[in-house]
Amino acid sequence: MSAAVQRVTDDAASVPPAQIAVRNVAKRYDGTPILERVNLDVTSGSFCTIVGASGCGKSTFLRMLLSQETPSSGAILLDGKPLPAEPTTERGIVFQRYSVFPHLSVEDNLTLADEFAGSRLTGRLFGTARKIARESQTELLETIGLAAARKRYPDQLSGGMQQRLAIAQALVMKPKILLMDEPFGALDPGIRADMQELLIRIWKETKMTIFMVTHDIHEAFRLGTRMLVFDKVRHDPEHPEAYGATITYDLPLDHKRGEPPPKASELFPVPSGPPK
Amino acid sequence: MRIINRRPSRPTALLLALVPFVATVILYAVASHYRRLDNPSDKLLPSLSRMGDAFGRLAFEPDRRSGDYLLWTDTSDSLIRLGSGVGISVLIALVFGVGIGFIPHIRAALAPYVASISLIPPITILPILFITFGLGEAAKIALIVVGTAPVMTRSTAQAVMEIPTEMIIKAQTLGASVWQMLTRVVLPQILPKLVTAIRLGLVPAWIFLISAEAIASTSGLGYRIFLVRRYLAMDIILPYVAWITLLAYVIDRLLYWFSRRAFRWAYLKGETL
Repeated sequence: MSAAVQRVTDDAASVPPAQIAVRNVAKRYDGTPILERVNLDVTSGSFCTIVGASGCGKSTFLRMLLSQETPSSGAILLDGKPLPAEPTTERGIVFQRYSVFPHLSVEDNLTLADEFAGSRLTGRLFGTARKIARESQTELLETIGLAAARKRYPDQLSGGMQQRLAIAQALVMKPKILLMDEPFGALDPGIRADMQELLIRIWKETKMTIFMVTHDIHEAFRLGTRMLVFDKVRHDPEHPEAYGATITYDLPLDHKRGEPPPKASELFPVPSGPPK
Repeated sequence: MRIINRRPSRPTALLLALVPFVATVILYAVASHYRRLDNPSDKLLPSLSRMGDAFGRLAFEPDRRSGDYLLWTDTSDSLIRLGSGVGISVLIALVFGVGIGFIPHIRAALAPYVASISLIPPITILPILFITFGLGEAAKIALIVVGTAPVMTRSTAQAVMEIPTEMIIKAQTLGASVWQMLTRVVLPQILPKLVTAIRLGLVPAWIFLISAEAIASTSGLGYRIFLVRRYLAMDIILPYVAWITLLAYVIDRLLYWFSRRAFRWAYLKGETL
């Protein structure tokens, strides 16, 4: 295990100027450590997939990148400056659920950001301005295959359609960084594959940095340019809660395309029984 | 098939819904009939036709003393009080409920206070209201507000807090200011729940309205009932109770219908009452 930690530090020293720099970050809830000694440098345009056993703090890490939570100690730098203390438009987010607004139709979900920008007072556009805002989303609607469903409400869409809408909504602000927390976790395998292709296409077009938490190691391997594995380095059998998790493996994946993915059990402890 | 899996057709459902109403009327008619066999001028269970006559007189004949059509002046006076009281409560619930639910500092400052206020039995405040506002309309409306606003405020705050954090975070990543989140995310999402809170709040609102009218008033549905009580005029009281119930029912249905039409997105899943 110590070799893996060593490796993380080596990588951190050798990469070009980082867009996101995580410096010795730890996170504790009521004194219980969740994450400790997390160090990471990520260059712009990377596609980082994050895997690990459940409860290992990968979602917590993502929420810290989003500023939904703050590190208990250490620092996260964005382009060399401390991360803003609250969510901003430069970091988009796709959650597993509740990502789209149920009271807005598909097209209104997409124009909402323009409406926020267009009217400080009401956050609402009317007449011609609204028409223009809606038309500007047509291309995006077609990319995600929801042009025919533009007048429907999210609850009238399938799970896959809702997640496509969620991704499109996050793209409207053209964020530099897209954060995704198990975005396809609730989807059927077939739809999942389609969504993965859509995501790769969008990533290649926009060249943004993506952090994606997943519990599916095949997905992590297939999509990412870099796979981060979160796990506990230190274990106290008497007090399983005594230590937090950190990044134990940091695998560059570019040159590995075509090779079979490593088994999850080789990277972190996997509970016996059928995988989720 | 198990009974939980058997669903009535629409006509059957309608018929089933009518059964308890019709049974009540028949039961009353029979009981009234036997009482009047003993004593034809029985006041306790007047015949349906006598109640109809009495109700018709109040509805369609001008009062000999004032020249008013009493049923309609009573109804409009009561509804104005009810509407004003509940309207003010809704405004209070929106301003404070949304503030408490959405902004942590306001929540810290006001949530315990509102929780305490909502536990005061409103009717104990009535004497205070009569002393401060006099015996006019203000005291009656104030009683309805005192009785309904705290609970409505709490349920509005709860509705705001039940909005998934994910959506509020998402709105921030889309560049929304606090005010924009209020107008485009929070308010639209709680409005259907606010209508539900109004519908539930109307039940105590009616109680406080009738109580206030019974104690100090010169008009209104509650005033009339408690006035004619002195003459054991069950032929007026019973139809008035039925009339009040009908009004309450129609208002409830109208609100529900409005909510379903205005907030269609909130009714896409499952059955609602």
